[in-house]
Amino acid sequence: MTEPVLSIKDLVVEFPFRDDVFRAVNGVSFDIMPGEVVGVVGESGAGKSMTGSAVIGLIERPGHIAGGEIRLKGERIDNLPEEAKAKLRGKRIGMVFQDPLTSLNPLYTVGEQLVETIRTHLPLNEAQARQKAIDLLTEAGIPKAAERIDSYPHQFSGGMRQRVVIALAIAAEPELIIADEPTSALDVSVQAQIIKVLKKLCSSHGAAVMLITHDMGVIAQTADRMVVMHHGKVVETGTVGDIIRRPREAYTIKLIQSIPTILRQEHAATPAEAANDDGAYVQVKNLVRDFEIGKGSFTKLLPGKTEIFRAVNDVSFSISKGETFGLVGESGSGKSTCAKMIVGLLRPTSGQIIVDGHDIWAGGKGHQERRKRVQMIFQDPYASLNPRWRVADIIAEPMRTLGIARNRSEVDDRVAELLRRVRLDPSVMRKFPHEFSGGQRQRIAIARALSSQPEFIVCDEPTSALDVSVQAQVLDLMSELQSEFGLTYLLISHNLAVVRQMSNAVGVLHNGVLVEKGPTDAIFDNPQADYTRMLLDAVPDISKVA
Amino acid sequence: MLAFIARRLVQSVIVMLVVAFIAFLVFRYVGDPLAALLSQDAKQADYDAARERLGLDQPFYVQFYYFVINALQGQFGISYRLQQPVSQLILERLPATIELAFASATIALVFGVLLGIYTALRPRAFSTGVIMTGSLVGVSLPTFLIGIGLIYVFAVELKWLPSFGRGEVVQIGWWRTGLLTQSGLRSLVLPAITLSLFQLTLIMRLVRAEMLEVLRTDYIRFARARGLSQRAINFGHALRNTMVPVITITGLQLGSVIAFAIITETVFQWPGVGSLFVNSVAAVDVPVMAAYLVFVALVFVVINLIVDILYFIVDPRLRDGARTGK
Amino acid sequence: MTDLPHSPEQPVVAVETSRWKTFLKSDIVWSYRHSPVTIVASIVALLLILMAVFAPLLAPYNPFNPATLNLMDGFTPPNSSSFSGKYFALGTDSQGRDMLSTIMYGSRVSLFVGFMATLFAMVMGVGLGLVSGYVGGVVDAIIMRVADVQLSFPAILIALLIFGVARGIIPPNQQEGAAVWVLIVAIGLANWAQFARTVRGATMVERQKDYVSAARLLGVNPIIILLRHVLPNVLGPVLVIGTISLALAIIEEATLSYLGVGVPPTQPSLGTLIRIGQQFMFSGEWWIILFPAITLILLALSVNLLGDWLRDALNPKLR
Repeated sequence: MTEPVLSIKDLVVEFPFRDDVFRAVNGVSFDIMPGEVVGVVGESGAGKSMTGSAVIGLIERPGHIAGGEIRLKGERIDNLPEEAKAKLRGKRIGMVFQDPLTSLNPLYTVGEQLVETIRTHLPLNEAQARQKAIDLLTEAGIPKAAERIDSYPHQFSGGMRQRVVIALAIAAEPELIIADEPTSALDVSVQAQIIKVLKKLCSSHGAAVMLITHDMGVIAQTADRMVVMHHGKVVETGTVGDIIRRPREAYTIKLIQSIPTILRQEHAATPAEAANDDGAYVQVKNLVRDFEIGKGSFTKLLPGKTEIFRAVNDVSFSISKGETFGLVGESGSGKSTCAKMIVGLLRPTSGQIIVDGHDIWAGGKGHQERRKRVQMIFQDPYASLNPRWRVADIIAEPMRTLGIARNRSEVDDRVAELLRRVRLDPSVMRKFPHEFSGGQRQRIAIARALSSQPEFIVCDEPTSALDVSVQAQVLDLMSELQSEFGLTYLLISHNLAVVRQMSNAVGVLHNGVLVEKGPTDAIFDNPQADYTRMLLDAVPDISKVA
Repeated sequence: MLAFIARRLVQSVIVMLVVAFIAFLVFRYVGDPLAALLSQDAKQADYDAARERLGLDQPFYVQFYYFVINALQGQFGISYRLQQPVSQLILERLPATIELAFASATIALVFGVLLGIYTALRPRAFSTGVIMTGSLVGVSLPTFLIGIGLIYVFAVELKWLPSFGRGEVVQIGWWRTGLLTQSGLRSLVLPAITLSLFQLTLIMRLVRAEMLEVLRTDYIRFARARGLSQRAINFGHALRNTMVPVITITGLQLGSVIAFAIITETVFQWPGVGSLFVNSVAAVDVPVMAAYLVFVALVFVVINLIVDILYFIVDPRLRDGARTGK
Repeated sequence: MTDLPHSPEQPVVAVETSRWKTFLKSDIVWSYRHSPVTIVASIVALLLILMAVFAPLLAPYNPFNPATLNLMDGFTPPNSSSFSGKYFALGTDSQGRDMLSTIMYGSRVSLFVGFMATLFAMVMGVGLGLVSGYVGGVVDAIIMRVADVQLSFPAILIALLIFGVARGIIPPNQQEGAAVWVLIVAIGLANWAQFARTVRGATMVERQKDYVSAARLLGVNPIIILLRHVLPNVLGPVLVIGTISLALAIIEEATLSYLGVGVPPTQPSLGTLIRIGQQFMFSGEWWIILFPAITLILLALSVNLLGDWLRDALNPKLR
């Protein structure tokens, strides 16, 4: 029997908090064998990142390990003095963080940072270290590594930077790599490549991987075994296939159930009939939006040529009444710009948006019609509610502004009713947003959107800031409200699974161009555009479990 | 790089023109320039003649044009109070102010940066608490009180150092320096410390705040996860990143030493430009006020330019931005 | 959705989270209770402010009533018998004025100028900062460039200039009466930029947030958005800068008065008292300068300590 690389036993991490103590990690035990990829999965607050920090000895003050033990190849490391712990970092345990944009020091070249790391751990001279750095970068898939080694981090894209970060983590041939959400800040298409690089590098260098993520899809495609965590405790441990197909614990079962997949599901929305564009409730025609770039506000006053960036390029689609159109795209695809133009926050450079027969950008009347009919649900429920306002005032703002209800008791009645509709207790209307969880806040935001009695709601990534189990609840609520009120949705998301589950029809946006649109099943089961196919291939999904 | 400096130069010229315009407005419209020049019993004809002679009957923009032309040649007219050319007054007092400012800027910079780094790296040490509290006291103490306190202790009670003036000076060309005689150096100690204390606390707090900020960033966490030594992280990574914003603000703080010298010079009766300015304000000696304004603006613009270029050298992101013309 | 049923049988229970209770449980109160320095500073500041505000009621003498002055009482040291037999706790100055009373009246002037100048700077800075941050573009560029230039000059220099200009414009016979207001405007104008810059930054962050977008897409008037949505969310930093500015303004007023360009000698502020006292420092009458100086330091220090604490308390990540 081989000895595990990492063995965690009854680990407890505590944060003293005023008079209280918060246990971020509460009795966690698991092993990682040599060469194994173990996924640690859980929703926010599960304690998974803290477990990783504890292993590498980087818990931020005032947090500390309060119990249990961590062994690396049988040697106990949690009670080592700080200097000894520092010697392990990088040399025997490497780490990859979530955000490649902030993981590298912007003032040093990539080469300087690599050489520094290599020479800290290995007895090489400058030239040898540099050669090793170039080899590592090449291995990590950076083209022309010998030339690019002297570039600064800002000269690399996000995906490329994460390759550099992985190269740095593996530089001293550690036995264990801790990857904390290594792909969560990246686009789907880049995500898949980074996972491949991580797996390849770790297996060729013989490092075991502790992969911390909230994304079960990533684990399904990457890990051998997984550890499911919840509220600082391990709920279930097992092989990836076992847990995804046959979860045993109630929490895991619920979690797996609430993860949407890109496969067709029974309760998914029915695909749209071929929509008749002219009669559709919402029509977006040849929408274009340009941005001027590279000029400060003062230089803008000076004459001269301006560079123009076309964020949205001739986008057209239509939505029938009571249906949902899903707009899919990666970051920078122009999908949020589209949303802003459709709700009236950003003026289109050209093109038309017609809702219920009214051109919403055509003068005062168009604006008035738009305000009555169109509403929006935003991505971040922490930023979409004014923290200084009570829930009642937040929900009442649209009806007050549009003059739907004026006197206090009428407003209060309507707010109470709206809260009931979004499954919240009406008594919460006297509270402030910070007293609610993310999912509850998103319900409040939905209540606000409904408050002006709209017919068409633009939902911009409505669930991407939420944990999966909460996401499922919010999506269910949205479907119920749609049938209750006959709402029409434009659902904007980078999450293909969510779109598949919710939409009748789908459009795929890439670099401002709508590369493909059609009924949901047609797009997902038989994609025509190369980009769509690549996207569907790349997306990590629990249905792709090995 | 050249384009970047050129653009900065243009901006500097605009700032100088705006300041010159304000100075011109002050010069032209505050008080009656003629009343100061002519005797009390001058007749209307004398006024008219003087007005024509000084060009005050010309249109507004012509007057401004001549003001700028004259200012470029260092001509700001005659001081009402001292009846001497303003440029000569300023030039005579300039060496005193520059030597004082230079000495205190050095003190402020060296101790400010060192203490800032020290307190940032040992955030929980007792000594840090003492230094931080001390710095808050330093910010709360008006400069003139510090000066008075120092005079009381070191000049009145201990009688170690002189309480006012510059001591003996040596003339080198037009520059009159106090740095070459013992009494000159002794006279410099108290004013330089007084002037530096405020800037010192500001620089120290700034360096500390920036460094703490940098120490919290992901790349420092990642540097620790890479196993770099504490020393390499603190002095190789954190310090260099701290310096980027610190350079800007520190540069400007040092510039304000010249202007802050106003107070110190008054307390120590230091014969510099600042005390000249204070006396001019009290006497509404408009030409000197206008000239001083332009002088200080010039100092700031030059320092700003140097800071921008330094910034450019330290931060690769900027260098790159300029190269691609962003 | 058009007809929400009115449901009287389901009364809405208003569980009001009382603002006061929320406040008592907040981080601010917690950090206040755990910071003895801050508690002491706030007590000192409060005492000094009360002393200044109620000076006419509390002061043992009216130092500006020539009838009560006795020149022979001049230079009475603290806590010793005077020529006329009156008791002067902190001694008297050269003209026989009671130092304690003079200081109380002096703090009154210093605090009045400090508060008014800060208020002036705050209103101007917050207003311009909100507009600058919300409107953006050329308006923003102009306001911020002016603020940049002004911030790079020390406030004291700007205040001196404004003061000098005002002297030149206001007729001499009105100068004495206007002096305090000139001082307020001069110090206020010298300090607005800090507010403007901070508020602008905060406003730019807030205006990107979706709750502002939610109001904008309803067509809410931009001024209402600024006042009702944005302003309450940028008040935290304004409060911090306001406190620190108050300390700065008090110091600036003292400095100007010390330089002899501040308030007229008929209404001496703490700075004027120190200026007067300095003449007697060399001849051994130390109390004439020491007590006003200590009062000024206590005032500035306690307000600064409060500002420092407030900044940390409102910005928990720095703790």
